Amino acid sequence: MADFIFWIIWALIVASAALVAFGNNLIHSVFALMGTFLGVAGIYIFLNADFLAVTQIVVYVGGILVLLVFGIMLTNKISTAQISQSSVQKVLGLLVVLGIATIILTAVLPHDWVGATLPMAFTDTVTGIGTLLFTDYLILFEIASVLLLGALIGAATLARKEL
Amino acid sequence: MDHLSSYLVLSAILFSLGLYTVVTRRNAVAILMGVELILNAANINFVAFSKFVTHNLDGHLMSVFIIMLAAAEAAVALAIVLNLYNDRGHINVDEANALKQ
Repeated sequence: MADFIFWIIWALIVASAALVAFGNNLIHSVFALMGTFLGVAGIYIFLNADFLAVTQIVVYVGGILVLLVFGIMLTNKISTAQISQSSVQKVLGLLVVLGIATIILTAVLPHDWVGATLPMAFTDTVTGIGTLLFTDYLILFEIASVLLLGALIGAATLARKEL
Repeated sequence: MDHLSSYLVLSAILFSLGLYTVVTRRNAVAILMGVELILNAANINFVAFSKFVTHNLDGHLMSVFIIMLAAAEAAVALAIVLNLYNDRGHINVDEANALKQ
C-alpha cells in the first residue's frame, strides 16, 4: 500500500512539473506547481523528514506560491482570464536538457550506492534539527537571519514606486 | 520506495524539467517557477542521501537553508520583476536588456 502511494506521488510530481514546463497557460502552470510542491512534501514524509515536509507546505505552498500568484496578477491584465505564455528555442532547449538528464542518469543509475540498502529507521527529526541549528550550524543560522533581513529590506526598497 | 534510485531518478527528472522551464520560457515569473523546481530537486537529493547513505541530519539542515534561500530569492526576484513591468509594460526576459530605460 505504501509502495502504491509512493508511486502515485512520484507520478503526480512528474506530471505536474511537466505541466509547469510545457503548459501554455501561466495560471495552470502555477497551480501545477502547487501539485509539485505538495508531492515533494509527500516524498519528504517517505524520507522520514517530518519537519521538512511541514516546512515545505508552509513556506512553498503558503508563501512562495502566493508570492508567484501575486507576481502574475500584478504583471498581467487579469480580466482576460487566459494568461498565455510562450516559449523560445524549444528544440535547442530540449536537446540541452535531454543531454544533461542523460548525463545525470548515467551517473546515478549504474552505481550501487554503498550503504544504500540500509535506510535509517524513523526517528523524529525536529529535536535533532533544533540541536544542530544551535550547535554545529550556529554561524550559518545567524548568517541566514541577516540574509533574510537583507532580502526583506531589499525587496521592499526595490518594489517602491519611486526608485 | 525503499531504494535510493527511485528518489534520484525523480530528482533528475524534476531538475531537467526545471532547467527546461528556465531556458525556454519568456515570462520572468515562469522562469522563477523553473528555479523553484530545480531547488526542490536538490532538496530531494539532500534528504534522500541523508536517509539512505549518511544516516544523519546534515542533509535536512541543508534543505532547511535551501528553502530559506528560495523564499528570499523569490521575494527579491519578484520585486525586480515588478519594476521591470512598471518600466516596460511586459516581463519578457528576451526583450529585457536593461533594468531602466
